[in-house]
Amino acid sequence: MIGVTHYLVVSAILFTLGVLGIFMNRKNLIVILMAIELILLAVNLNLVAFSAALGDLVGQVFAMFVLTVAAGEAAIGLAILVIYFRSRGTISVDDVNRMKG
Amino acid sequence: MIQLIAFYLFATIVCLSGAFTIISRNPVHSVLWLILAFFNAAGLMVLAGAEFIAMLLVIVYVGAVAVLFLFVVMMLNIDFAELRAGVMRYAAVGLALAVALVAEIVIAIGAYSAGGLALGRRIAPIEADVPNIEAIGRLLYTRYLFIFEGAGLVLLVAMIGAIVLTWRQRSDVRPQNINRQINRRAKDATRNMNPPVGQGVEL
Repeated sequence: MIGVTHYLVVSAILFTLGVLGIFMNRKNLIVILMAIELILLAVNLNLVAFSAALGDLVGQVFAMFVLTVAAGEAAIGLAILVIYFRSRGTISVDDVNRMKG
Repeated sequence: MIQLIAFYLFATIVCLSGAFTIISRNPVHSVLWLILAFFNAAGLMVLAGAEFIAMLLVIVYVGAVAVLFLFVVMMLNIDFAELRAGVMRYAAVGLALAVALVAEIVIAIGAYSAGGLALGRRIAPIEADVPNIEAIGRLLYTRYLFIFEGAGLVLLVAMIGAIVLTWRQRSDVRPQNINRQINRRAKDATRNMNPPVGQGVEL
């Protein structure tokens, strides 16, 4: 049987890849959103792994709620991306700081 | 044994496709790698005995979120080469941070494995004879009913928010005005005339 540690290492790698993705693609907003999806996937994997290891179903229920929030976040994030692109003609994150007062 | 082989297969592919999601030059390829990562994470969850979450992951992430990403990437006309310009500049600090983070997490996992945490209490123990979906359904519609409704509310707000954000009224085109069409009556639109011989009708 596969221990919980295996799952934790996999999701740690995924989480780190997500964080690295945010740092590497500082300009590309779409890839940043995808990196956030990777981070949430790692969190879900953790919840499910602990749920299976501890024999408690609550982890899976909360993984579902995380999934819900991730879907909503992707929808809103992409909507903001679309209107930002419509008004600026680019999605470079470096230009967003023009918004400050 | 077959479980172990499947686990390492899925784990390897999920890590590799996660890495390719980040380093791909073309965001369309990134989305496709992301889909592969989701599929293999679903496989990992099936191995852990969470079929429902695995299927939900395939349906929600691959079926909805990834397709949404694909739509947006292909709809917007973006110069991606220009966006790649600063990657190498940030890669060094990003890598340093990533190494620090993964070291921290591995230390945390080691501390967890060493024991000391007494996790004896179960809120909803997994019963072997109840199917996974049925057990989650029972829990979701009793104990977590209000949180479940809240999740529905979150999705509703997200949907309305996305529609409101991207809605725009264009003034340079003349769209169909259904209200005006329906309100128009025959007696406003037509006129009965009886012009005398030799004279026309003034319009």
